[in-house]
Amino acid sequence: MSSSLLSLAIWIPILGAFVVFAAGENKTLARWSALAVAFAGFAITLPLYIGFDTAQVGMQFVEQHPWIPRFNIEYFLGVDGISVLFILLNSFITILVVIAGWEVIEEKVAQYMGAFLIMSGLMNGIFSALDAVLFYVFFEASLIPMYIIIGVWGGPNRVYAAFKFFLYTLLGSLLMLIALIYLFLSSGGSFNLLEWHQLRIEMAPQILIFLAFLVAFAVKVPMWPVHTWLPDAHVEAPTGGSVVLAAIMLKLGAYGFLRFSLPIAPDASHYLAPMMITLSLIAVVYIGFVALVQADMKKLIAYSSISHMGFVTLGFFIFNQLGIEGALVQMISHGFVSGAMFLCVGVMYDRMHSRQIADYGGVVHRMPKFAGFFVLFAMANAGLPATSGFVGEFMVILGAIKYNFWIGFIAATTLILGAAYTLWMVKRVAYGPVGNDHVAELSDINHREFLFLAILALCVLAMGLYPYPFTEVMHASVDNLLKHVAMSKL
Amino acid sequence: MLKNFIVPDLYPAMPEIFLAAMACVILLVDAFVGRTQRWITPALTLITLAGCALITYQTMDGQVVLTFGSMFVDDLLADFLKLLLYLAVIVAIIYSRDYLVARGLDKGEYYVLVLFATLGMMVMISAAHFVTIYLGLELLSLSMYALVALDRNSPRATEAAMKYFVLGALASGLLLYGMSMVYGATGTLEIGGVAQAIHLGVANKTVLVFGLVFIVSGIAFKFGAVPFHMWVPDVYQGAPTPITLFLSSAPKLAAFAMALRLLVYGMFDIAEHWQSMLMIMAVLSIALGNLAAIAQTNIKRMLAYSAISHMGFMLLGLMSGTVGADKHFALNAYSSAMYYVVAYVIMSLGAFGVILLLSRAGYEAENLEDFKGLNKRSPWFAAVMMMIMFSMAGVPFFVGFFAKFSVLLAAVDAGHIAVAVFAVMFSLVGAFYYLRVVKLMYFDAPVDAAPVVAALDVRFLLSLNGAAVAVLGLFPDLLISLCTYALLRSL
Repeated sequence: MSSSLLSLAIWIPILGAFVVFAAGENKTLARWSALAVAFAGFAITLPLYIGFDTAQVGMQFVEQHPWIPRFNIEYFLGVDGISVLFILLNSFITILVVIAGWEVIEEKVAQYMGAFLIMSGLMNGIFSALDAVLFYVFFEASLIPMYIIIGVWGGPNRVYAAFKFFLYTLLGSLLMLIALIYLFLSSGGSFNLLEWHQLRIEMAPQILIFLAFLVAFAVKVPMWPVHTWLPDAHVEAPTGGSVVLAAIMLKLGAYGFLRFSLPIAPDASHYLAPMMITLSLIAVVYIGFVALVQADMKKLIAYSSISHMGFVTLGFFIFNQLGIEGALVQMISHGFVSGAMFLCVGVMYDRMHSRQIADYGGVVHRMPKFAGFFVLFAMANAGLPATSGFVGEFMVILGAIKYNFWIGFIAATTLILGAAYTLWMVKRVAYGPVGNDHVAELSDINHREFLFLAILALCVLAMGLYPYPFTEVMHASVDNLLKHVAMSKL
Repeated sequence: MLKNFIVPDLYPAMPEIFLAAMACVILLVDAFVGRTQRWITPALTLITLAGCALITYQTMDGQVVLTFGSMFVDDLLADFLKLLLYLAVIVAIIYSRDYLVARGLDKGEYYVLVLFATLGMMVMISAAHFVTIYLGLELLSLSMYALVALDRNSPRATEAAMKYFVLGALASGLLLYGMSMVYGATGTLEIGGVAQAIHLGVANKTVLVFGLVFIVSGIAFKFGAVPFHMWVPDVYQGAPTPITLFLSSAPKLAAFAMALRLLVYGMFDIAEHWQSMLMIMAVLSIALGNLAAIAQTNIKRMLAYSAISHMGFMLLGLMSGTVGADKHFALNAYSSAMYYVVAYVIMSLGAFGVILLLSRAGYEAENLEDFKGLNKRSPWFAAVMMMIMFSMAGVPFFVGFFAKFSVLLAAVDAGHIAVAVFAVMFSLVGAFYYLRVVKLMYFDAPVDAAPVVAALDVRFLLSLNGAAVAVLGLFPDLLISLCTYALLRSL
């Protein structure tokens, strides 16, 4: 089996970005070369899925070379059933982002496309790194392109949002760095994640390590109460930025829990699980109510993302197969759905230059094709059966009820809340009489917009109707993870 | 008496001798070159430095050789630091040329003073005796005072030079006082002898530690660590930018060597005393440097405060050695500090290089505002500056991240977890003002739409400088291992 696939998945987009930068002021060239790179990046990840051996528990497509021998840091890549899906999702979303920014971005096109491609490569690096420092390096480097994207192509309050985004996330990751160094020293000089999974640690340091990781990942997820950067970042970011932020970046935090917190500090995870569950439920319920009162569509979807991610963390910390698999399905589904929702808002914003719900009304009369997609994605966001949104939520709720009826009960309120805030927004935006003259002048989506919305609609429906290809891949790895978490490391 | 005189082995000091001779030649030649042959002096200066590099490289054999009656040492550490020193000085001179020419400051004095300052630094790096250290330090400092005042029509530069001189003289006095105390306690001025006396326990501990306090003060002044940092912002801001560039880069290498020779070579056995002093200075420098930098509008002043915080980080590495055992156990700590200094010098050269690039005749790009919209004016150099800023903030994949990483590793290894957490929290504060520079370059519209013009060699070198920040971040092992190896062979 050729084993440089992961390296290619990381470095093709990053090096390709420099080709795009070279296009400079030539916008057409920049767009087409970015699309070519994005396609190449996606194509290279397909063999990862096709060649993935679902029966195998350990890491696959492993690459291991010394990187910084002085500190025993390795260039160590590999994927298991948990991470492989995210690499695919990420590379796939990158194509959509390039298409979504096609005509919308007029200024510094090459830099825009290049920044997204670099970010795509870095994300693949995060999902495939099995060396803690390599992970950290990708994790933190991915802040740079996002900072630039929000700051350069963002809305009126973009500078504030970009700084908040960067500093918030940096805060978390710096504490994690100290935890990584501590683990390096207590493991006798290794940054190998797989070795860390076997490491015995006392309870007190385990709790501290867990908390250090928690700060890093909770900010990224984001969990209540460190979520406040996300609505700002989403509102100000350009459409593509919001899509990547919601579809991929939020998953990094959740992924971190699975790769670091749970297997390295399982006893602390069990010990602190009530706290994690409480925080998750607050995110699900409280943030759901917050979403209900939003006047800005992007803000509403941002809060709904936080609420959905609360589901994901809830699924992790109830420690059963249904919970974790449901959370993973939810993460992927959320990648499609929230990406699609932000693209829908982007489509309307490009025409109206407003994201206020009050400025719309009766969009369906002017944009029937668009409204069809919009309603479909909204249904998926609300967790309607037969869409991808339903599968994950249902699995997590089932898992939660197994764990404790009342936790499951509270979590299930999301089905009502999610439906309430999403459908109420759809009602106010798409239905009713035509709201004003600007809405009356709207034109329906063009071929480019139809293309990316249709692709996402297919994904959402396919995953909702037949989730087996997704759960099958993760099964063995989740099983293995649970075994790990069940063993005490004291 | 005369018949006892033995000609010392001059071979280990060949680079210094060559540089001293050439500096005198250049001084002489410069007096005779006409207006049309102004290029001769800089060319000769660069050739001299290249020649020094060649000699140093040729004589590099990894042996520890003492000469001049054990006053002067040539080891791998010295050779390595000197090679970096030449490189930093060469880069500084090339970056500075256009600026100096545009302001009529490209006098022979500049080149000669830079060479003498370089000579002083080389002597400091190779010192094995208190007197040698003092000699090198004074040669460096006196050349520096004159360089800061190079633009004699500028009141700000003169004021800065005055401040620098008064405080510098005070610091030299403190250092000298400390040395005399140590001499009183140990009966020798030789660094090796001092170490021996302390190791055997014959030195009077009270006097020794009393002297140590003054020595540490003198070192801290050279680094510009809190509370001996007062001169740094004023001098950085007041001096002409090329002088700030020079001041902020190469002397840090020499100061590091001085700290290493005095503290580690000389007084390792009382390390617990100087380590606690360094820890206080490190913590204060990181806190004050990062906090004060936020409030600055002048980029030179901002980088001055950033330099203070960087030196704090470096001290964090230097104080993290294992005490009470073989020096080699502390190797990680010292090599991390050394790596930090080298990384800082590379970043600092690049940052001031970009400032110089933006300054034209009659126009000083020294306010943060001048960086507005640089991405529109010159995407390439905006990218270089962005990489340097992110590197200084300690964001990967840049060299600054691995510098911070190795220092933190050493600190946590020595059990200073709380200090490490403190340091990273303040580097979060620091990230803010580096991000602000990036914000100005990328998010804001340019105030001044003039294209960025520069000579080809400057563009090339600056690009190389930016590339070094990135490449040394992608492949950090080379530099880390070189630092470690040089130290390993010299301790």
